[in-house]
Amino acid sequence: MASRVRAVTAVAGAAALAAVPVVAAALQEPFYLDLVRRVMIFAIAAVSLDLILGYGGMVSFGHAAYLGIGAYAVAVPALHGVHSGWLQWPLAMGVSALAALVIGAISLRTSGVYFIMITLAFAQMLYYLGISIEAWGGDDGMRLARRSRFGGPVDLADPYVFYYVVLALLLAVLALGHRVIHARFGMVVRAARSNEARARAIGFSPFRYRLAAFVMAGAVCGLAGALLANQTEYVTPGFMHWTRSGDIMVMVILGGMGTFVGPVAGAVAFLLLENVLSAWTVHWQIILGPLLILVVLYARRGLWGAVSGGSLGRG
Amino acid sequence: MADPLLEVRGLRKRFGGLVATDDVDLDAGEGETLAVIGPNGAGKTTLIAQLSGDLRPDAGVIRFAGEDVTRLDAPARSARGLARSFQITSVFRDFPALDNVALAVQAHAGHSFRFWRPAGADRALREPARLVLEQVGLGMRADVVAGVLAHGEQRQLEIAMALATRPRLLLLDEPMAGMGAEESQQMIRLLGTLKRAHTIVLVEHDMDAVFALADRIAVMVYGRVIAVGSPETIRASAEVRRAYLGEAS
Repeated sequence: MASRVRAVTAVAGAAALAAVPVVAAALQEPFYLDLVRRVMIFAIAAVSLDLILGYGGMVSFGHAAYLGIGAYAVAVPALHGVHSGWLQWPLAMGVSALAALVIGAISLRTSGVYFIMITLAFAQMLYYLGISIEAWGGDDGMRLARRSRFGGPVDLADPYVFYYVVLALLLAVLALGHRVIHARFGMVVRAARSNEARARAIGFSPFRYRLAAFVMAGAVCGLAGALLANQTEYVTPGFMHWTRSGDIMVMVILGGMGTFVGPVAGAVAFLLLENVLSAWTVHWQIILGPLLILVVLYARRGLWGAVSGGSLGRG
Repeated sequence: MADPLLEVRGLRKRFGGLVATDDVDLDAGEGETLAVIGPNGAGKTTLIAQLSGDLRPDAGVIRFAGEDVTRLDAPARSARGLARSFQITSVFRDFPALDNVALAVQAHAGHSFRFWRPAGADRALREPARLVLEQVGLGMRADVVAGVLAHGEQRQLEIAMALATRPRLLLLDEPMAGMGAEESQQMIRLLGTLKRAHTIVLVEHDMDAVFALADRIAVMVYGRVIAVGSPETIRASAEVRRAYLGEAS
């Protein structure tokens, strides 16, 4: 039953996202197109974090690092006149994956608070690295001269095309994530979160599976970073700031850890709240904070868990 | 005579001033059920943890099937056929019973870097898991989430997970702990059938279970093995009675 409710809600959500450009065009409010596209980009980042945080129990507090790496992997080639998305986007994922491999290989030897602190420290190192590189604009970052070029009908300069590219990637990430989580690989990662001693006793060495999940999450978040660079047409070290890592984590927790649609719902809720409330007061997080506390206290499975009912971690 | 399946020599583990395992020698032959008994704090669980690879001994050698496994970690020992159950029930609480066992099967079915096929529909994992669940008497409870199983059922599930790894040696740490009389009898019956096909090292407080199941008994007190012998010898030994059996009865 609960799974049917979830499936219907998920399909309805996808349909609603697909309809946004049509509605925005009809209302002549292109701003909404921009907003929802931004929401979906952060949803991809949040889904990638949920893979390790929700399913793997790895509380990475430095996930924005990959957002930044992905963004720079678009902006830096563009600075040197290379605008091909076929090069930029795989580069974003590749470099993010490599960074995640190094960060994960070191951080995953720790656990608990130490893991949180080490992942945070790595992300802050990259943040300050970004600030220190003057050729890439240092503190100010740099403008993106033009969006990634793919050729043919895929022209990201067209806001509608760009929107559907992001939507397609979000759906692809969700579909792939769903496969991975329910495959043997995902079972090991989830089992190691559920009970590590037991997982080791039956013969699993969780480290390499966790590391692989960590790298996958980094690569996907790198892709989100490439999208974000195209979205803002601007790249700054601020993409990697620890508050940004916190934002992504809040999206996951708000929406529902260890669920598929949860991080998407969390990204929607977070960015819409930011948008609506920040028009009203710059201290909009005064509202967000108590809301987050309520969710953590009364809806452990987040907004999505509260809507769809049932315990999703098992599914 | 062939070498014993499990051979422990000079095993020693110290926690600060406490010597939890003090120069322990122990053998378990192929097909044998060896019970380790002793009062609380005698170091039985510490011994099991060193045999399973969860704890590194300070000194001594553990040989399993002729191989020195002292330096191997728990997953590596599991791969060689050592399976353990825990004194405090340890299952994947948020997974159904069948998934718990299927995971144990999976751990011994090659690497798990498989990202596409759903494990929940993988007959190579589900079928053997279902058989093992039936073997321990949980066939009807396969789809129940492990965390909501009754205590006795969770203990059975632990045995099932150990069995699903196709072990050569079962290390059972107080499988009867916290069980009622009826559940205990059921567990004794289950272990009685398992002992025909498996080598077992059993740590247990329940003396009925120990004398019903053990081929040999080792008595531990303050980290030392003070006596090893047949159930009859142990029952008759004055030293053992003084150290342990007397205060238990």
